[in-house]
Amino acid sequence: MVATFAALAEPNRFRIVELLRAGPRPVNDIGDRLALSQPQVSKHLRVLKEAGLVDVEPRAQQRVYELRAKPLRELHAWLERYRQLWDERFGDLDDLLEDLQTKEKRRGRKTHR
Amino acid sequence: MGAKHTGEAGATNETTLSLTGDREFVITRRFNAPARIVFDAWTRPELVQRWWAPKSRGVSVDSCDAEVRVGGVYRYVLRLDRGGVFAFSGTYTEVSPPSRLVYTQIFEPTAAGQQPGDLPITITVTFEERDGKTYMTSRSLCPSPAVRDAILASGMESGMRETMDQLDELAATLGERAAQ
Repeated sequence: MVATFAALAEPNRFRIVELLRAGPRPVNDIGDRLALSQPQVSKHLRVLKEAGLVDVEPRAQQRVYELRAKPLRELHAWLERYRQLWDERFGDLDDLLEDLQTKEKRRGRKTHR
Repeated sequence: MGAKHTGEAGATNETTLSLTGDREFVITRRFNAPARIVFDAWTRPELVQRWWAPKSRGVSVDSCDAEVRVGGVYRYVLRLDRGGVFAFSGTYTEVSPPSRLVYTQIFEPTAAGQQPGDLPITITVTFEERDGKTYMTSRSLCPSPAVRDAILASGMESGMRETMDQLDELAATLGERAAQ
């Protein structure tokens, strides 16, 4: 999972992944759309490929890159579990906050009597 | 930037988790209470112990100690139903009630306490009150990407089976709702 995180942490690589969500694209097309030079795009795609996030397929004279859904799905499921851990805690915190406010109101009424 | 993660869309007080950079993660949540009450519940040990352990995951709070002042330390010890204890501890570096808290945190996986060389994460929590509700943002800055990875993985460790069951239930509920 470290590799997935590290690969996505770089803003341009994140943009490439976002772009490839719409479908496979050749290298030069990716560069044009994101205003990145050919060497920059190649460098980022190499990192993404090493992290298993993209696959490359030679098509005619071009190298076409496409997203591999599996690591992204895994990342998503992984984050969802951690989010749920906090969501559970916060559910209990909601109950506590309600309790504290009820007690405060009761105390408030007593003082005003 | 980063993978943003939220629960069911449209929920009123939804918990969000997002990643920023390669060693930080951010949690946000809205609470139906003024900031001073949320701040108390977040810091006072006798209140922390009422919400900090996720019961459904077979965890309960064993002890909760905190000296909430700059330079003060806290330690929350949790017990697993299936046996074993672990703890979270740290030092407060900024205490500005009711709007802002900064503290370090180290995870102690066993009763043995901190291990030499453990680097703490730094957690910055802000509580912003609007119309009697509090918008909480917690930013956790980790010493390395690997540490962030390990923390996020903890969501999986305790009671992964239960969580998977809950996910299945959730998926089923969403399916039913979509069918209506």
